[in-house]
Amino acid sequence: MDAILLITLIVGGCAALSWPLGRYMRWAMDPSGTEGLAGWFDRLFRALGGPLTREAQGWKAYLFALLACNAVMFVLSFGFMALQQWLPLNPDGKEALEGSLIFNTVASFTSNTNLQHYSGEVSMSYGSQLFALMWLQFVSAATGIAALAAMARGLAGRSVFGNFFVDVQRATFLVLLPLAIVVATLMVLGGMPMTMLGAAKATTLEGIEQVIARGPVAAFLTIKQLGTNGGGYFGPNSTQPFENPTFWTNILSCSAILIVPMASVWMFGRIVGGMRHATILFAVMMALLLAKVGMAVACESAPTQAFSSLPVERECGNLEGKELRFGSAAGPLWAVLTTCTSNGSVNCMHDSLNPLTGLVPMVGMWLNATYGGVGVGMINMFIYIVLAVFVAGMMVGRTPEYLNRRIEMREVKLAVLALFAHALLILAGTALFAVTPWGTATLNNVGAHGFSEILYEFSSATANNGSGFEGLGDNTVPWNIATGMVMLLARYIPILLPLAIAGSLARKRPTALSAGTLAVETPTFGVMLIATILFLGALTFFPAAALGPVAEHLQFMK
Amino acid sequence: MAMFLTSIRVAVLTLLICACGYPALILGIAQAFTPGTANGSLLQRSDGTIVGSRLLAQAFTQPRYFWPRPSAVGYNAAGAGGSNKSPTSADLIERAQQTVAAYGATPQNPLPADLAAASGGGLDPHVTERSALYQVARVAAARERTPLEVESLVRRHAFAPGGLLSSARLVNVLELNLALDQMR
Repeated sequence: MDAILLITLIVGGCAALSWPLGRYMRWAMDPSGTEGLAGWFDRLFRALGGPLTREAQGWKAYLFALLACNAVMFVLSFGFMALQQWLPLNPDGKEALEGSLIFNTVASFTSNTNLQHYSGEVSMSYGSQLFALMWLQFVSAATGIAALAAMARGLAGRSVFGNFFVDVQRATFLVLLPLAIVVATLMVLGGMPMTMLGAAKATTLEGIEQVIARGPVAAFLTIKQLGTNGGGYFGPNSTQPFENPTFWTNILSCSAILIVPMASVWMFGRIVGGMRHATILFAVMMALLLAKVGMAVACESAPTQAFSSLPVERECGNLEGKELRFGSAAGPLWAVLTTCTSNGSVNCMHDSLNPLTGLVPMVGMWLNATYGGVGVGMINMFIYIVLAVFVAGMMVGRTPEYLNRRIEMREVKLAVLALFAHALLILAGTALFAVTPWGTATLNNVGAHGFSEILYEFSSATANNGSGFEGLGDNTVPWNIATGMVMLLARYIPILLPLAIAGSLARKRPTALSAGTLAVETPTFGVMLIATILFLGALTFFPAAALGPVAEHLQFMK
Repeated sequence: MAMFLTSIRVAVLTLLICACGYPALILGIAQAFTPGTANGSLLQRSDGTIVGSRLLAQAFTQPRYFWPRPSAVGYNAAGAGGSNKSPTSADLIERAQQTVAAYGATPQNPLPADLAAASGGGLDPHVTERSALYQVARVAAARERTPLEVESLVRRHAFAPGGLLSSARLVNVLELNLALDQMR
């Protein structure tokens, strides 16, 4: 009962709040006209950004600007981290980081993934946490929102996709920053640490020394959640009580995961001028999300299998890797939300989830579009939409059209390529590491669960998620290089191809609405879309799932 | 080239506002309104020495204190982590056997599950009220108190973390142990 209340409160509350936020994001990201406050901000951002911000960019110029800007972010934060031992804000004297770890971490935070092969409180100075990592959490999320705004403009039939340098400032300063200030203040009032003092030393009642790491946690955590970043201040992320002190901060953190990805759908709908279509998309995403939540919460209510032969009570669910203060359903709920969106923060250890519960986050990352990352989730959904429109059109003998533009060979090819790249990066990577010591020597669990650790890591890197089966000893040169490359490819390919599709569609002549047009604002289309997602998205991974979580379940769970 | 120069302008601008201005503002709010929790919810004795943080578990092994949940990292508050073992893992069976032995649990008097399972960060400051009550007999005997006295202390410290939305009542172990030491 308390589980249903909690889920309703978080998911329902976010859905309700996403509506006004989507409206606001449309105003902020795609202002109509140069009047009023929006126009004033526009002039400000153009003045701050310099002459290039006055250019009207087509899809290629927009993409090039996005890549150039991301390259600069990569280099700057690489510099900050490589020099952390000499830079200020290092009260605990953190030392130099290893090269491949820096590459992995910077690739991870630039690509909005936040896969962490380091442990924050052990390795990172306060300076690295703020200037490299937290900064990237803002601008990488802003990159995603900007890309969605651009794609939506293209689909609305405009040949000008906007200007990336303006869009990224809009997303950072008008969308993410105000939200972050409000939420971080609430977190601070909820009891979360926010200090620049170094670690505290305590002497326990039994006379043992305990060193207590702390830092500017509240500011960091907030943008980690809001920007679907997920990289924790502390190693075990939001399970660490400083990063999630109470039941109420957990509800707020959980909602912060979901709110911007949800609002992105409404922003998309408003820019393309199809709110009824957006409603269908929202409902499709919600249906898949709730199905996953239901499955995860149900599977996780089974008690810890390892204790079954011992005198341990079996009334409550699996508590290994979970915190008591959040309540029983909070762990699996967060696990689903964080992987449905590409967030990747955790409030329980995914490695210790029951086998079939552990499958649900993987499915979330394989689909990666049931809300998905800020901005990019909706972009991923667009790939499925193109394919659904095409397949549905073929089935019923109607012209495959989307938003009055005809979907043809070129668009379908690009969409299939995007889907194929996603599957290839996950499955080829997993296969390689499952048969070489690069992977097998780093496992924390044996048998099918060990395979799941490798599969999860590549799924997480490819989906730009960042969560992990954290038992994996992944701070090795092969893991750092491989997942670093995968994260970068899996970030920019799914931005490049959809922008190319939108560019190609924008060039076409609008078709007139006729009886032969496939309607994308009907529930029928919603069902078609779900089927496409399940057949094309999920079934690709079914064999891998059978070798990992399913095999473990059949072997051990009785 | 112009692309990169513009990128650098945008990068510096966002750095100044998001990585300097924003954390400074939140730091100011935190230190002005909630300095106690902002600096880590530290608990001090009357002589000013720090005992620990209200939010973090620490090791208790003596029978006269309540014990927290197991920790995969030895209650290291500067390097937190979970066991990351599958719930089907043989390693977990072994660890739980030791815990069961330490508590002397038997099939007639089984151990509450949260005392057998390690938390995600290894620093969960709470146990369930049920688990605290499970330990009352041991603590009372070690302190030469009646179980009733200790039990009523546990009940006074039990709280529902999320009100009606909570599934179980919890007790903060460190606060409970501090209160134990102050019992007269």
